Order: sequence, then C-alpha cells, then structure tokens
Amino acid sequence: MSKKILLSHGGGGEETQNLIKELFFKHFDNEILLRMEDAASLVMESTKIAFTTDSFVVSPLFFKGGNIGKLAIAGTVNDLSMMGAKPKYLTCSFMIEEGFEYAKLEEIVISMRDEMAKSGVKIVAGDTKVVPRGGVDGLFINTAGIGEIQYEGISAHNLAEGDVIIVSNEVGNHGACILATREEIELESDLQTDCASLWKPVEALINAGVKIHALRDATRGGLSAVLNEWAETSKVCIEVDEAKIPVAQEVKGVCELLGFEPYEFANEGTMVICLPQSEAQKALDVLQRFPETTKCALIGKVTTAFTCKVVLHTPWGSERFLEPPKGELLPRIC
Amino acid sequence: MSEVDLIEGFRDPEHMKALAALIKKECKSKINIMEVCGGHTHTIMKFGLSQILPEFIEFVHGPGCPVCIMPKERIDHAIALASMPNTILATLGDMIRVPGSKTSLQKLRAEGKDIRSLYSPLDVIKIAQENPDKNVVFFAIGFETTTPMSAVLMQHTIENKLTNVFFHINHVTVPEAVEAIMGDGNALIDAFLGPSHVSVITGYKIYEPIAEKYHTPIVVAGFEPTDVMESVLRIVRQVNEGKSVVDNEYARAVSREGNLKAQALVNTYFEKRTHFRWRGIGDIPNSALKLRAEYAAFDAEIVFDDVLPKTELNDHKLCICGDILKGRAKPFDCKVFGKACTPTNPMGSCMVSSEGACSAYFKYGKLNLKGARA
Repeated sequence: MSKKILLSHGGGGEETQNLIKELFFKHFDNEILLRMEDAASLVMESTKIAFTTDSFVVSPLFFKGGNIGKLAIAGTVNDLSMMGAKPKYLTCSFMIEEGFEYAKLEEIVISMRDEMAKSGVKIVAGDTKVVPRGGVDGLFINTAGIGEIQYEGISAHNLAEGDVIIVSNEVGNHGACILATREEIELESDLQTDCASLWKPVEALINAGVKIHALRDATRGGLSAVLNEWAETSKVCIEVDEAKIPVAQEVKGVCELLGFEPYEFANEGTMVICLPQSEAQKALDVLQRFPETTKCALIGKVTTAFTCKVVLHTPWGSERFLEPPKGELLPRIC
Repeated sequence: MSEVDLIEGFRDPEHMKALAALIKKECKSKINIMEVCGGHTHTIMKFGLSQILPEFIEFVHGPGCPVCIMPKERIDHAIALASMPNTILATLGDMIRVPGSKTSLQKLRAEGKDIRSLYSPLDVIKIAQENPDKNVVFFAIGFETTTPMSAVLMQHTIENKLTNVFFHINHVTVPEAVEAIMGDGNALIDAFLGPSHVSVITGYKIYEPIAEKYHTPIVVAGFEPTDVMESVLRIVRQVNEGKSVVDNEYARAVSREGNLKAQALVNTYFEKRTHFRWRGIGDIPNSALKLRAEYAAFDAEIVFDDVLPKTELNDHKLCICGDILKGRAKPFDCKVFGKACTPTNPMGSCMVSSEGACSAYFKYGKLNLKGARA
C-alpha cells in the first residue's frame, strides 16, 4: 500500500519531526530553516520591505503545467515582485487531509523547491497541520513572503493620460486550463497554466531603467479586474484594442464553448504593466528576452474619454465597456 | 481544437467591414429585426454590431432565453423540491441564481440544501447511482436545443433501472412563442433572425408557417458576428425584393429537416402541454412539453404534487421585462435598470441570465447610449 499522511504526522511528536526532516528539510534545505528555531532570524539589507501572504486552495491540486505547490511559490513571489521588491524569504504552512498520499506531497514539495530556484527565494519557516478526513480537500497551502523593495513608487494611483498598457503574456491560460481539467467538464486539451515566477523579468525591467507607473499580476478576475481597478483608482479611462490582446486559440475555444471571456480568466504568471509611451519599446525589448514573457504585447493606452472606465475596441470599429467580472466565475482556481 | 478554426474566420475584420458597407448601401428603409434567441442578443451586444449598422436596422430582443421566461411560481417549484428531505436538486447554469418569491436556489444551497449545477444532464445518472438513498430531481429547462438531452437522460434512467430520478420539465418551444408575439397584432417586427442551436435540432421548416402568415423574412443565423451580419444583409435583400421566406445562413449546421433522431427521442418521452405561463408574456397554449403519461412515475410534478405551490406570481410592478420580451421596450427604458436591478441583484428575469437582454445591455451596452462618449 502506498505511504499516506496520518494524523500522527501533525501531532507534534516523533512522526512530525520525521516528516519535517525527511521531506521539507530535504527539499527546502537552507541554513536559516535548518536551525529549527521558533522563528526565523533574518537580516535585511534594505529598510524598505514588502510583505505579503496568500492561501492556495486550488482544485484540482495537479493540472497541466503545474500544481498547488508551484502556484504557492509563484503566487507570493509575484505579489512581492509587483511591488518592485526582490523576493527574499517565505514562510510556508501545509494543511493536509489525513490519508493524503506521501508521494503526491513530495511531488508538490519538489516543484516548490524548483520554483524557488527561479527567483532565489527561500522558505525560512514553516508549519504542518494534518486534519481528519473532510477537514480540508486534500491539501491547502499558505505562503507569506518578504522582499526588499528595489524600485519605489509603483502604484495603481499612477496612471496618467499618455501612458500605455502592456501585458506580459497570453491572457486566460490558467483559468481555462483549470476549467478544462475539472472532472465535470471533461475537455481534452493541451492547454497549460501560465503559472510562473515573474521576478526575473521584473528585475530586468528595473535594471534596464524602465520607468514603471503601475504593475500587477492578473490573477483572480484576470486582465479585466486589473484594468478596471486601475481605471477606478486613478480616475482615468483605459482603452484597449481587442485584436492586440494575446489570447491562445484554445482559450478562445474554451470561452466560446462555455460562455466566458478570456479577459476574466485568472492568470498565475502574467502581469499588466502601465508605463509612459516613451518607455514602451524598451520594456517590450526586455520582456521578449524571457520565456515567460516572450508573448508580451502593447494592448492599449490611458486616456480621459471616460472616467473610471475600460473601453474595448473591436477590430471592425465598434466599442464597448469592459466591465469588471461579477459573481461566481470559477471557485478555487488558486 | 486548434486544428480547425471555428472562431477567427467568423470574426474577420475585413469581412465584417465589407458586410457593414453592403448593408449600409442596400438598406433603404427602417427594418425592425427580432432576434428570437438570447445567444444572438449576446452576439449583437458583445460585438457592438448596432454601432456598425445603419440606423435603419433596429434589433428587437425576443423571448429566447429559457431562464428569463420561467415564471416565478416554477422557480418556487424548484425551491420547494430542493427543500424536501433526502433530496438532491440538479439543474443547468444560471437557474441557480434566479430569485423566486422568497429565495433562490443559490441561497438555499448556502443554507445546506444539496443543489447541483450541471454542465451535462447525464451527470444526473452518476449522482443518482452514488446516492441510492436520496431522490434526485432534475429541473429541466431550455428550448428545443436542450430537450433532446433531457430525453437521453430519461432513456438512461430507464436503462439503468433507476427509481430515484425524477424530472421537473420546463422545456418550451420557439414557434408558439413567436406566434404569441405576432398574434396580437401590436408587434412592430418586420423580420426575424432565426435561432441557431434550436434550428439544428428542429430544422428550419418550423419557421415556414410564420414567414408565410406574417410576411416576415426569417433568416436562420449562426452565433458568430459575421453570421449575424450576413443574415442581416440577407434580410435587407429580401425586404428590397418584397420577399418573405425562410433562408438558412447557418447551413454548416442546420438543415430543413433537422436532427430526426433527436426529434424522435423527444417524441418518445415528451408531449405538448396545453398551457404554459411565460414570465412577462403570460399563457401561451401548446408552448411547452411535459413527460408522457406512461412516464408519470418519473414526473416530479405528479409524484411531489403535494409540496408544489400553485399560486401564479407576477414580477414587481416596476419591472418591464414583459414589454422587453415582446420587443415593446428596450432595457434602457426601464426605471430600475442598472439601479435597483443589476446582475448581482436582479429584480426581473431579463437581468438574471447572461443571455437575458437586460444582462447583455448591462454588461456590454452602456456605450451604445447616445452621447455616451465625451
């Protein structure tokens, strides 16, 4: 019989210690974590710190191009990166359902290790709870992270007339991929999540001296939610050309079949950037160097045509407001 | 999916512009076109087609959204059925959100009742097999498009010898609804866009009596933007030539006879109801289906008759969904549109489903307001 996680693995005794050492320490290996103190003692080079947390409850736990573990690292790394902060340290809490397969947990832990290597971030503190069957659905993970701010002043309040909008990748891949994987839908597709850590391209933008006004990863609510929040916060109009928004054919297909908009689908490795028009080409040149942002595109501009609105232009000359997503679109996508 | 292009070709900008130019050139008088189906309302609004068509072309949004036309008392039926002990209620999509007289299925689900939102009716078989000690009630909705799926579910229920599956049938039919709208003589409708998916099942022959009786061109149209534009052009040409016939633009999927196998299956299990009340329109004779008498043991309306409320319920008096469904008003004419009535908190049926006219206007239509752009 395959090895399972038991309630005793969360009991705080010998079995817990074994699980921590044989699984978590083995893969998350670093000096601070291995000291096994009650809290990690950290030294930060900067006094400008970004601090964030996120919980991951995605269903299913494994999907094409990733799993809950990769998501838990990339998600928090990206939240820090979007503040211009270099991700430094993470904490990680596992809430595991009794009977969860050990091999699956190890696969998830290994993908977390691999994802951390991409940004150089480290898990320096953690916690493991095992709850009786039905207490959680398989596995939930929480990660919190701190980073050192390398570029100050990024804010949703910064959008001004004359700025342009860039997306770093095709939009909607993660949401469509999760939807297609759900057992009740049974769509066969090669569609992969876009799940990726974005610190490297963000760092490259900062190092190239690109002036960034606003930056956000388009997670829940997708591109539509980011653009609407920006338009609202900065009291401007964002006008985008539908034909320029990169959307994979398969995502379009899923949307047509099920009646969704790709702009409302979640992404887990796609960011939206607002910057002055004069900076656009430099930013695109930088982004095209990284595999996770090679499909970047300039999709629109900031105007004053309406206040707090996003306007979508069709290629045949009609236009409509891109309204913020509403209601229950997809539960538990991240 | 990526091997066959079923999307881009039907949204080609040059093709769209060329069709718009032809319609503009050839259309010489006002034509009120009713799109019967909510899917077409959605296409027209989402792709901003009115903006590139001449002012002569006016779309009237018809009654073709199955969620929207469901009277409140039948939503209360779903709520009463879901509230029974040991019961799982299964239904499709937006039905979950529709408010009845006191609550919605969504709220009931949050209170702990077992309500399942399905993508395929056949999932009911699995649910029933996994829950042999519970009654599974399938609340069936939809036009001719979804009726065959309910018939297949009935067939599988019998084949699997399941005795815990029950059907609450709310399937409605297009021709009688169109007849009801045209029949009172007040409708200002010159032509119809015929439904896409309904016609795949029924064939386009079902519209021939309507075109003949009311002298209205009917073009069965696909759901893509170029489908609708091409169909409008064909209507314009019929009007110019003084013709009123049924034409089939959606020939890649629709034939005159339709899907005969599906039609036969539907006839095996279902028969016409003499009366069915449509929300906002009222009673339309022979406009809906019910299970045949020999399947009464599966009919939730018979088996659970004692729990089903009988009072007919009308909408709030400020709600003008009835006039919208008949093409006599536009969503923007409604006093509560976008204020007291929104997709998150719908007062009337047309705001509930994403295919409803009000919901489409709310989501896509605000830029169509005259003078909206500064």
